[in-house]
Amino acid sequence: MQAFLEFRDISKAYPGVKALQSVSFAVPKGSVHGLIGENGAGKSTLIRILSGDAAANTGEIRIGGEVQHYASTRDAYHAGVAVVHQELQLVPELTVAENLRLGRFPASGGVINFRHMFDDVGAKLRDIGIETDPREKVARLSIGERQMIEIAKAVMIDARVIALDEPTSSLSSRESEILFKLIERLKAEGKIILYISHRLDEIFRLCDGCTVLRDGKLAAHHESLKEVSRDQLVAEMVGREIADIWGWRPRDLGEPRLVVDHLAGERLKHPASFAARSGEIVGFFGLVGAGRSELMRLIYGADPARQGKVSIDGEETPLGDPRKSIRNGIVLCPEDRKFDGIVQGRSVAENITISSSRHYSPGGLLNFRKEAETAENFIKSMRIRTPSRRQDIVNLSGGNQQKVILARWLSEPDVKVLIVDEPTRGIDVGAKAEIYETLYQLAEKGLAIVVVSSELPEVMGISDRVIVMCEGHIRAEFTRADFSERKLLAAALPDRKVEPAARVVQ
Amino acid sequence: MTQSLKRILLGDWGLVVLFIVAMLVVSLLVPNFMTQRNMLGLLQSVVTIGIVACTMMFCLASRDFDLSVGSIVAFTGMVAVMASNATGSILLGLLAALACGTFVGFLNGTVIAKLKINALITTLATMQIVRGLALISSDGRAVGINDPGFYQLALSRFLGVPTPIWVMAVAFAIFGFLLNRTVFGRNTLAIGGNPEASRLAGVNVDWMRIWIFTLQGLVCAVAGILLASRITSGQPNAAIGLELAVISACVLGGVSLAGGRAAMTGVIVGVLIIGVAENVMNLLNIQAFYQYVVRGVILLIAVLLDNLRSRALGRRG
Repeated sequence: MQAFLEFRDISKAYPGVKALQSVSFAVPKGSVHGLIGENGAGKSTLIRILSGDAAANTGEIRIGGEVQHYASTRDAYHAGVAVVHQELQLVPELTVAENLRLGRFPASGGVINFRHMFDDVGAKLRDIGIETDPREKVARLSIGERQMIEIAKAVMIDARVIALDEPTSSLSSRESEILFKLIERLKAEGKIILYISHRLDEIFRLCDGCTVLRDGKLAAHHESLKEVSRDQLVAEMVGREIADIWGWRPRDLGEPRLVVDHLAGERLKHPASFAARSGEIVGFFGLVGAGRSELMRLIYGADPARQGKVSIDGEETPLGDPRKSIRNGIVLCPEDRKFDGIVQGRSVAENITISSSRHYSPGGLLNFRKEAETAENFIKSMRIRTPSRRQDIVNLSGGNQQKVILARWLSEPDVKVLIVDEPTRGIDVGAKAEIYETLYQLAEKGLAIVVVSSELPEVMGISDRVIVMCEGHIRAEFTRADFSERKLLAAALPDRKVEPAARVVQ
Repeated sequence: MTQSLKRILLGDWGLVVLFIVAMLVVSLLVPNFMTQRNMLGLLQSVVTIGIVACTMMFCLASRDFDLSVGSIVAFTGMVAVMASNATGSILLGLLAALACGTFVGFLNGTVIAKLKINALITTLATMQIVRGLALISSDGRAVGINDPGFYQLALSRFLGVPTPIWVMAVAFAIFGFLLNRTVFGRNTLAIGGNPEASRLAGVNVDWMRIWIFTLQGLVCAVAGILLASRITSGQPNAAIGLELAVISACVLGGVSLAGGRAAMTGVIVGVLIIGVAENVMNLLNIQAFYQYVVRGVILLIAVLLDNLRSRALGRRG
């Protein structure tokens, strides 16, 4: 094997954290290499060092045998390194073509030749299998389409090393397929693709080799994945065996707690109705854009409803006001943790108690002792990994942020219905199992739980019943005995002729 | 050595430490600085900025902005004087001023929260409307105070310290308490940190914003009354540019314009820095024109320091 991209003895420390400790591995030319590990294992840090966004304390990166000394992302870019981050970096008010040519507009004397630009970019996009109109504003694209544009950007600057950070987390199956084809093509052209993902099936499908990081150290390095099993990778990631990460167990179901009756709003035109019983976990499956999150936001009152009713334990609850919903016992862990969930710049404790502190704050005066006690209890019981309750929440990993949001609602004394939208998006295996366990315990306490998930194995693994949505309609319903990946997926796909994606059917 | 120096300067108390060092240096170098008389004068000079900074801190911390404070201060000063003159009762005059200030603040808050109009634009509009009202009501001229009792508001002393300074100190205490110890303060910072997440977590964001702006109006009225008393008249052109001085003081004190971060001690230090800089330049007989330059430079340095501090805290991926 001829190494082309080499990490040698890379270490990086932040105040209080050793993010990377002496990590070394090499990747040959023309290969797709997986980089996996739990959140906080050091993947992001490694990518930031590769992209020049952070400097390593020790060690060096070699590309094609040359030691790279870059001081900025610009240097890395010139060295042929492109990183596609989970958070997209496009200018929403510009067109697709403008975004792709930003900084390199085809211009003469400062005047942009738009026709040339649109034609050229359009041709290149079609060439790599993307059908998006280059004249379209990025703001009008779906998240999945934006992700594809971001990847196209990396391809179009002719990078030698392309790192993709969780590229499929917001892609539909069809879009993922286009991406996978593109990756195969780039590989054939001799590029190196560093593929970071929590989806092990994708790793097995795409990657030649794979590196596992754990707690900032190299846990395993596989040059080939032929002899490696999924269980082995999981074990290497968590450092322990996880037999069944779902851990579902039967429960007694009670009376209907949540009844949604012909609910519709601005972004969910077709009225939706369903019910969830006490102790039941109802999964909502569908493709991105099927209307699941929109329905949940209507139930919680995050968006105003146009028609319909929501009742809890037989009593109708007011719509359109999250405060009233909380007081009536409905709570929501939103899909987009960063924008709708965590309060950036504030502590873990404040994020946990933001809603429930009103119960022990007579006359609006904070009770610091009670607040600290509540926060400490949840940090312990939910195993939230944080140096202290005073830590700014943005410094926590995604899984731990999700636990904080769950803790926020568990600290409310009288929750009846818990809605969790994408409970484990971007979350590592270990934290996933802990979050599922929390959901089971809550269901056992008699809550009705609604889980929205785009991960078919997850929604089948944890739900008692699954409702499938497609293009804004409730399409089908399955009880646990009837679960099958083919049936659920068939109900979720708008166009029956589309083949189910390989990543969900193993 | 340089490491520990860096740690002190970029730590939470960096600004306070710098301020104390600057005070020591100034008191050694500038004659007449560390006298009781000069100190009281210095504090008197920052009363308006200091009082208004209390609520501006809440405004900025919740990711809003208020440009109308200078106008409200001038307008409520006018109202206090004219209503006192008209009714013959200082108390009625003061109440009228407080009511007017509160009303303008409430209007700001309602337009911003309910009609969803950007705070910058809304208060830019009310800044001009209210200044216009102040000019219209007095026909553009200063209005003298009839009842000399009105002067006593600014002239009277308690324990040898002028009343306005006490008012400022009390405002610092009240709003410091409000920020750190109450749900109101907590929610203000939460809204600044992430308004949408706060709303979904059950914070009544609209209600909070209306209250913050209403308080801002009320506090401006207090400052306006004290200012009118000190300058012994209602001046329609008073407090021009106050909004910028107040925002500077807040930013100097580490209040983040992006919201979510604020501390009363920081704001107090910010206010004092502005006061000291002006005072020292006066004592050294430096022409007033230079003061603008110095103020701007101080602001830039403070922001730079803040930037270095956030970077030192480090971002983790």
